[in-house]
Amino acid sequence: MRRFLQTFVALRHRPVAVVGLALVLFWFAAALLAPVLAPFDPLTPLKPFAKPGAAHGDALLLLGADTVGRDILSRVLFGARAVLLYAIGATLLAYAVGVAAGLAAGYYRGRVDTVLSFGANVVLSFPVLVLYILILTTVGASGLNILLAVTVASAPGIMRVVRGLTLELREREFVAAAKLRGDGAFYIMLVEILPNVRGPLLVDACLRFGYVIITIGVLGFLGLGLPPPVPDWGSMIKEARQVALAFPHMTLAPAVAISSLVLGFNLLADGLRDLDGRG
Amino acid sequence: MCLFLLKRLGMLALTMLVVSVVVFLLLELTPGTVATKVLGQYATVEQQRIWLETHGYFDPAAERYLRWLAKLLTGDLGESLRYKTPVGDVLWPRLLNTVILGAAVLAIMVPLSLALGVVAGMREGRPSDRVISIVSVVTTSVPEFASAAFLSALFVFALGWLPGTSAMSGGFNWRELVLPVAVLVLYDFGYVVRMTRASMADVMTQPYIRTALLKGLPFRVVVLRHALRNALIAPFTVILLQVNWLLSGVIVVESFFAYKGFGALLLEASLFGDIFLIEACAMVAVVVAVGTQTLADIAYAYLSPRIRFA
Repeated sequence: MRRFLQTFVALRHRPVAVVGLALVLFWFAAALLAPVLAPFDPLTPLKPFAKPGAAHGDALLLLGADTVGRDILSRVLFGARAVLLYAIGATLLAYAVGVAAGLAAGYYRGRVDTVLSFGANVVLSFPVLVLYILILTTVGASGLNILLAVTVASAPGIMRVVRGLTLELREREFVAAAKLRGDGAFYIMLVEILPNVRGPLLVDACLRFGYVIITIGVLGFLGLGLPPPVPDWGSMIKEARQVALAFPHMTLAPAVAISSLVLGFNLLADGLRDLDGRG
Repeated sequence: MCLFLLKRLGMLALTMLVVSVVVFLLLELTPGTVATKVLGQYATVEQQRIWLETHGYFDPAAERYLRWLAKLLTGDLGESLRYKTPVGDVLWPRLLNTVILGAAVLAIMVPLSLALGVVAGMREGRPSDRVISIVSVVTTSVPEFASAAFLSALFVFALGWLPGTSAMSGGFNWRELVLPVAVLVLYDFGYVVRMTRASMADVMTQPYIRTALLKGLPFRVVVLRHALRNALIAPFTVILLQVNWLLSGVIVVESFFAYKGFGALLLEASLFGDIFLIEACAMVAVVVAVGTQTLADIAYAYLSPRIRFA
């Protein structure tokens, strides 16, 4: 944990990474404080098609309202909750599966590796979005299914990274020493090998997190996202798509939101990678 | 080389087989809804039963799958439930539209990203390098549906220069192709730029480049004659692998701009549960994905003499 914090302290000399971190923290704060910050309830229809800045009672609809009349600012803020929550859940689950499979494939090699690697290759040789669509249209779109679909599609990539690192690490002296001590395979994988793959995985995690956010947005946009009343950025754009040519403010707000959040993670990943390169 | 191709063909067949079984099983989870979708909501249970029976849905799943597979091997893709025509009649024209879209994207993206990547990697750390690198991070961070929203707000709503949909209902119109192409290029070019930059920067630190510079060759000649040759090997394979990403992006862009292509068809077919159409689309996706990967490997070996097939 201390090394983790040190990494972020070291980032302060990189303006690009600082901007990235600021964007990410901004959206985390927005998600946490959404009930306090949001001027209206995100689900209550107020004033359909209201332009940005239109007055409603004492308050202003700063970013306007959507086709049903719900306040867009409130929906964007609450949308941050849904997006971050599902992105974190999906990324963690994908990492749990990917790391476990990668450790097993890299450590045991042989038949375990062949089977796992073939499975990963099949998934990876397939355009991911096609996979999501096939899974979600058949099992139905729900929060849990999005988690599962993202896991199925992301875990193979994570597995490849971990497997490569593990193949190298398992030949090191400290693993040999652990074996001589009589430590079990699980202990060696979790306590001896896993801590050593953390560094490269941190950069990968930032990039992947940004990508998972895009994915959740795309699924929402295609109508395969979270069930309707939940405000999520992708489905906000989908709902406003039909009238976007007359009321562009409805699509612009969620588009800016998702782009800035993903940009934050990508800039952060850039900064972290530079640090890694310098040692 | 021959052995390598055979191995890859085997891998392709195996992947197609696995994917088609998985797709079939996934669709098998929802058998009742097919009849409802084809016959409409007001069909009686009896009508549904008759339809299911005449279309062989009461046979065991394995038998139906094998029947489909046997037909596929003879080149028959089956019949689309939604369009009520042979799958090929729907699939090929849509695929052609997407090929046009994809070709336009590659024709713009490849020269643009290679040039920017080479300029950025030529002199690492210069302001031009910083600017190009940041621009490429920013554009890759904007998902396709978001940049589609930005671009149409600007060019359709504010400026009124371009049409907002690309259904091509009045015949082929290049103006309707501009926004979809722009969105895909914006999202995809950043990655190729970064790869080209990394490869170029790496080559520029090689001893033979220093030798060429020290013996007095102009910088321009060193870059064009000596560096590019090696620096473009890695980006070339990256571009081929990019086709896979393009296929995903195409689904979003086509449904945003109502372009009648393969991506939109795949989405439609999946939402409808149109099994043979989905299977055909999935097979096309696998062939494209594995095909470009194989091509990338061959090209890599061909361009880089250090690599030989085992």
